[in-house]
Amino acid sequence: MTYPFERKIESFFVEVGRYGLLLFQSFRSILEIGTYWKNLIIQMVRVGVDSLPIVALTAAFSGAVTTVQSVHQLISPLIPRSVIGGVVVPSMVLELAVVTTALVLAGRVGARIAAELGTMRVTEQVDALEVMGLNSVAYLVVPRVLAGVIMFPVLYAVACFVGITGGMIAGELGGHIPMQEFIEGGRQFFNASDVTFGLIKSVVAGFIITSVSCSKGYYTTGGAEGVGSSTTQAAVSSCVLVLLADYVLAIMLL
Amino acid sequence: MIEIQNLYKAFSGLPVLTDVSLTIEDAKTFAVIGASGSGKSVLMKNVVGLMKPDRGTILVDGVDISTLSYGETRKLREQFGVLFQGGALFDSMNAFDNVAFPLRMITEMREPEIRKRVEECLETVHLPEAGSKMPSELSGGMQKRVALARAVALQPKYIFYDEPTSGLDPITSNAINELIKDLDARLGITGIVITHDMHSCLHIADRIGFLHEGNMHWVGTVDELHSATDETLLDFVKASEYRIGP
Repeated sequence: MTYPFERKIESFFVEVGRYGLLLFQSFRSILEIGTYWKNLIIQMVRVGVDSLPIVALTAAFSGAVTTVQSVHQLISPLIPRSVIGGVVVPSMVLELAVVTTALVLAGRVGARIAAELGTMRVTEQVDALEVMGLNSVAYLVVPRVLAGVIMFPVLYAVACFVGITGGMIAGELGGHIPMQEFIEGGRQFFNASDVTFGLIKSVVAGFIITSVSCSKGYYTTGGAEGVGSSTTQAAVSSCVLVLLADYVLAIMLL
Repeated sequence: MIEIQNLYKAFSGLPVLTDVSLTIEDAKTFAVIGASGSGKSVLMKNVVGLMKPDRGTILVDGVDISTLSYGETRKLREQFGVLFQGGALFDSMNAFDNVAFPLRMITEMREPEIRKRVEECLETVHLPEAGSKMPSELSGGMQKRVALARAVALQPKYIFYDEPTSGLDPITSNAINELIKDLDARLGITGIVITHDMHSCLHIADRIGFLHEGNMHWVGTVDELHSATDETLLDFVKASEYRIGP
């Protein structure tokens, strides 16, 4: 007799094993460019270009809120106002641009990938690809993961730019800090290695979100309910793993 | 020719196929009948390499498919066409692109040749005007016909029909049966029909295999089926006749 707890443990290891196997197959299939290059362009548009509005919106408000809160906590006759820029810029570059973008995209991109692949699995479209003699991993998984790895740094750069601009405008419009002082503070506290760190985190986040979501979708079972469950699990697992990776990378790289 | 020897397949310790042995001759249509859950689709998925047998041998034209690498298996699959139960059309593509897909991905054909071949295939399934329609705009019967056009696009040697008439009304079912019979005869294809629809099976098949409790319980021609005395087989046939009879 198997107990619920044991089943959960077993199911966890099955999931990890499947994920590892899918990654292995993906790396092995990466040279089959002819199979996936058209799909790669489509996925880059879906993951990157189509996500721009929501990423920009989230980043703009993150920057604006960071400015307002920094003003609330730091404005004092003893502290120069330019410090606000010095808080907002590194915050965006180091943490907020990556994490807010990743969390938003875990829902938007991750859920979409899991739902697409899950539906293809339960309606036998994945089997149809295999029966035709195609490598379904090369056709479905590799372009999605590559699109994530390529486009997330681009979205991170956009989020940084929009977030900092949003913070600067919020400071100016709120009458807290003129733009010139904000920029001066930002420059003073800017560290180029923070950008490298942010870019590394964005690549890792892109990889985690797309690969985990592909795994959840690719191994979906159980019809419509299974697709729903995979979609939810893809979004939740991606968020948790991105936050975990964020912490681990901070320990390793800072 | 496809030869299956002592095939055994289990899921989570529960055997579905216990000892299936079968020979499917070239250019003939073989129907596998059996109750729902008897393992018909599992048998098909083992033969086309979508599942690996736990024990036993499957020989396709004398080649043991269990000894093939993934690349060799993919090459072998180009000889197979499969009409899936729900059609399995790619819902992001219209009917034309669905049929053209294997030609674009597998062959070196140029676009004008592909266009010509797709038009031929759609003509074969009597849907010459359906090319621009998305799968969601097609009825169940039309989806199966487009899926059939896609299955024959690469001119396979073997076609597997997984429950080709399930979910269709009797008139559309008859039309699909006629189409399958016509295609198998005209293109010289070896057809393997997985079905529990006796009407369809008797109409299409040259030979029939009855899958029961994990074994190929009975194998024979349509004429032999009419004179069969096996109780289990007769129970299944009678139950089917009662369901589809007048």
